[in-house]
Amino acid sequence: MNAMISTATPSTAYNFAYLDEQTKRMIRRAILKAIAIPGYQVPFASREMPMPYGWGTGGVQVTAAILGANDRLKVIDQGADDTTNAVSIRKFFEKTSGVATTTLTADATIIQTRHRIPEKELTETQVLVYQVPIPEPLRFLEPRETETRVMHALEDYGLMHVKLYEDIATHGHIATTYAYPVKVEGRYVMDPSPTPKFDNPKMDDCAALQLFGAGREKRIYAVPPHTSVVSLDFEDHPFEATKFDHACALCAATHTYLDEVITDDAGGRMFVCSDTDHCEERRAEGHRGDLLGEAPAAIAGSAA
Amino acid sequence: MTGQPLLTAESVTKFYGSRLGCRDIGFELYAGEVLAVVGESGSGKSTLLKLLSGQLEPSGGRVLYRMRDDVTRDILTLTEAERRFLFRTDWGFVHQHAELGLRMGVSAGANVGERLMAVGWRHYGRIRDEAETWLERVEIDATRIDDRPTAYSGGMRQRLQIARNLVTSPRLVFMDEPTGGLDVSVQARLLDLMRGLVADLGLAAIVVTHDLAVARLLSHRILVMKDGRAIETGLTDQVLDDPREPYTQLLVSSILQP
Repeated sequence: MNAMISTATPSTAYNFAYLDEQTKRMIRRAILKAIAIPGYQVPFASREMPMPYGWGTGGVQVTAAILGANDRLKVIDQGADDTTNAVSIRKFFEKTSGVATTTLTADATIIQTRHRIPEKELTETQVLVYQVPIPEPLRFLEPRETETRVMHALEDYGLMHVKLYEDIATHGHIATTYAYPVKVEGRYVMDPSPTPKFDNPKMDDCAALQLFGAGREKRIYAVPPHTSVVSLDFEDHPFEATKFDHACALCAATHTYLDEVITDDAGGRMFVCSDTDHCEERRAEGHRGDLLGEAPAAIAGSAA
Repeated sequence: MTGQPLLTAESVTKFYGSRLGCRDIGFELYAGEVLAVVGESGSGKSTLLKLLSGQLEPSGGRVLYRMRDDVTRDILTLTEAERRFLFRTDWGFVHQHAELGLRMGVSAGANVGERLMAVGWRHYGRIRDEAETWLERVEIDATRIDDRPTAYSGGMRQRLQIARNLVTSPRLVFMDEPTGGLDVSVQARLLDLMRGLVADLGLAAIVVTHDLAVARLLSHRILVMKDGRAIETGLTDQVLDDPREPYTQLLVSSILQP
């Protein structure tokens, strides 16, 4: 896909960015509270959105509440700009707000993401909006919401380590690879949404504001710029970000998060950057992976 | 048994609406002492245990506990955070049904290690070593450390629950019918184990039971309850050998002699 910046004409049938102004104010209040208490899950009156739960209704509401006419929006789904979820949410905001959209990470002021943090370092002029399915990191250990809230209030987080203990006892190492629990600013334990743990170090001391919206669970939480985000671990089993044995087959990057792509039914596979924009940028700079030129256009995009 | 009592109950009373839970219960429990609370079903034993452990608010009276720093506090005035801290360090609670006291979804090792992690242990190897030690102490084969309690027998679950409670060396353990629902030979083994642990660790314990044999084996003192009141207290052997109250006589004489 070509990097692009486009401007669309908004449909006049909708209020700017779909939500009515009162709803946006309500969400902004929740966001402000979330920023004031980093990592704390603020309840909010999540609205029905014209898309099913699980498609990013929380992220969409947060984006709608902070979007301004001069913003440039980028939407990614597992790092890619051209997958269904990303395309439909980008179109949704083109139609309802008419703001400019982009696929270039550096050009965007708001980046709504499903499960990845862009490879390019974010700046203080940017906001990263996460779509969160289950905001409660303790949920699978403690099913009662009343109890998990008390546990957060009392900083009663021993249970979180029980999960990591269980991982090591079963697999010999901490086998949690996504939704890896973090402690924010030394206080609240937070689920960083199902981002791969590869991205956890990027959340720490990040220059951009990070907002998390969970539509179904009706929670908003935030990590303000330059806030400490520490992945939980044991002294003798320290946190380790995922490492890959391969370089990207298209741009030869060795420092990025890779997707495994099956290319045929005879065991053929390739590893490519999950962040499509970053990969295209590197190829434009002249980096060449092993399979560049051979890979199907559906994977490599037109920049191949 | 030196100095101040560990736990003091002062005319503890509980009404459920107009119905009586228990009334005017008072006693002192010293460190290392085991008190058995006996009585038939509905006599207010479990209510008393919940009141003493701060899980239920009394309608009257108070419960005092001497904390590790030797300051005696009314447990009702503790904050929720302090109460929880007490519950995962200085207190243990052994439920009749082990499923209530265990996390059935995680391994035995994690069950024992949970309290340690809750008080700040962050070294996997040490947590696991400690869990292994405790499993052995309660006579569970250390090779079963990674099994879930669902794969354990009833007796093993009960022993696991005890290990989970004792791992932070509490000074006081509440037990609610710890041998209920176990068959006789398993009961005997569990009692033997508990008696050994209580003596080794110098634990104080309050054991609620309807089984006088359990009281005889484990406890130093006994408190007999009927209709929400303590009708007789004293040294266990004394009360069981020479019961004063007609009701206690009835209880003692209703033990089946094989």
